[in-house]
Amino acid sequence: MEKLQSTFKNMVLSLVTISVVAAGALAGVYILTLNTINAQKTAKQKQAILAVLPEGATVSDAEKANGLTVYKAYIGDKWVGTAVETEENGFGGPQKIMVGFDAEGRIINYEVLEHQETPGLGDHIAEWFKNAAKPGQNIIGRKATGAFTVSKDGGDVDAITAATISSRAFLNAINKAYSAYTEGEVQAATGASQLSNDSTETAEVNIETEVAK
Amino acid sequence: MNIENNALKTLTNGILKENPTFALVLGMCPTLATTTSAVNGMSMGLATLFVLVCSNVVISLLKNLIPDKVRIPAFIVVIATFVTMVQLVMQAYLPAIYEVLGLFIPLIVVNCIVLGRAEAFAAKNTVGLSALDGLGMGLGFTLSLTVIGAIRELLGSGAIFGLHIFPEYYAMLIFVLAPGAFIALAYLMAAVNKLQKKS
Repeated sequence: MEKLQSTFKNMVLSLVTISVVAAGALAGVYILTLNTINAQKTAKQKQAILAVLPEGATVSDAEKANGLTVYKAYIGDKWVGTAVETEENGFGGPQKIMVGFDAEGRIINYEVLEHQETPGLGDHIAEWFKNAAKPGQNIIGRKATGAFTVSKDGGDVDAITAATISSRAFLNAINKAYSAYTEGEVQAATGASQLSNDSTETAEVNIETEVAK
Repeated sequence: MNIENNALKTLTNGILKENPTFALVLGMCPTLATTTSAVNGMSMGLATLFVLVCSNVVISLLKNLIPDKVRIPAFIVVIATFVTMVQLVMQAYLPAIYEVLGLFIPLIVVNCIVLGRAEAFAAKNTVGLSALDGLGMGLGFTLSLTVIGAIRELLGSGAIFGLHIFPEYYAMLIFVLAPGAFIALAYLMAAVNKLQKKS
């Protein structure tokens, strides 16, 4: 077959045909993969929620508290904890973290959902703060006060070596999550006695840390 | 006999003599950015390989239907279509790798190797040879990216393909970061040049 000449009509025809066929093929692949992509995203989120909440708990639907998405966990009728999806700008971009608190406000676990921190430095946030062997940097099991800061800023959590900005952002995200948690807690605890107990306890801890400083 | 020879030559051309990374020095952006580990480098290479083969085949099929003056936009549309397909499929079935490569997958569209092979080879040769050329170039690219990735992973975090060889504590962080990519690439390129001059 002869090669088509570069006349206006030929050029328009060939480009339009190629674009239409390409668009059709893309639409096909998009429709084929759409369900799987969405399923992957939900599965990942669900996994993260379950990983940060007590075992065997049933998780409620997403709710909004303080601008963040929270998921409450119940065993039977008893509220046992809350998972909060929180976000803060880190060194390379937003860090998205799922963090779980138990009924007393202790951190059960956390999962980093998304981040753009430097590989080898800031990306240690995924593991650094749950190292049980190093109490200075471990936040798992600690009671959240909404005021975690790195030791460089006078706080009591050791930052990742050479990644203070990433660590700061991470702790801020946890603090934000805690404020969403406390707001959610007020709504969750319908029993007034439990609520008052919890809040006094939190207040005491706050005073204690201030004295310690 | 002659045809067979020609086919073999086309296939091996991209792997050694005209290796996209070490000889042609094309596609440096993904080469430097995605080779933080052997697996990442290999995934990027394989994604590019797929796009190269598909776009070479389609372009050599269409070469007579595309008028010369609009060939570049036509090639880009074809390449972009395959890249987007790779992106969607990766997102659906290999989410972990997609997360790491993320931004660099769409950038395959502007990878000079893909357009370069379309323009320099597929637009002038038969479908069979173009497919082989795409395969050879793609394999060459994958191979170089995997080697750079493996070296950076070993020196930077003490592992190869995620398998720990020595504790991360002794690793040189610089190899995981951008300067390490340049250092590894430079030494490899020097070694490849030295070897090829000899033979």
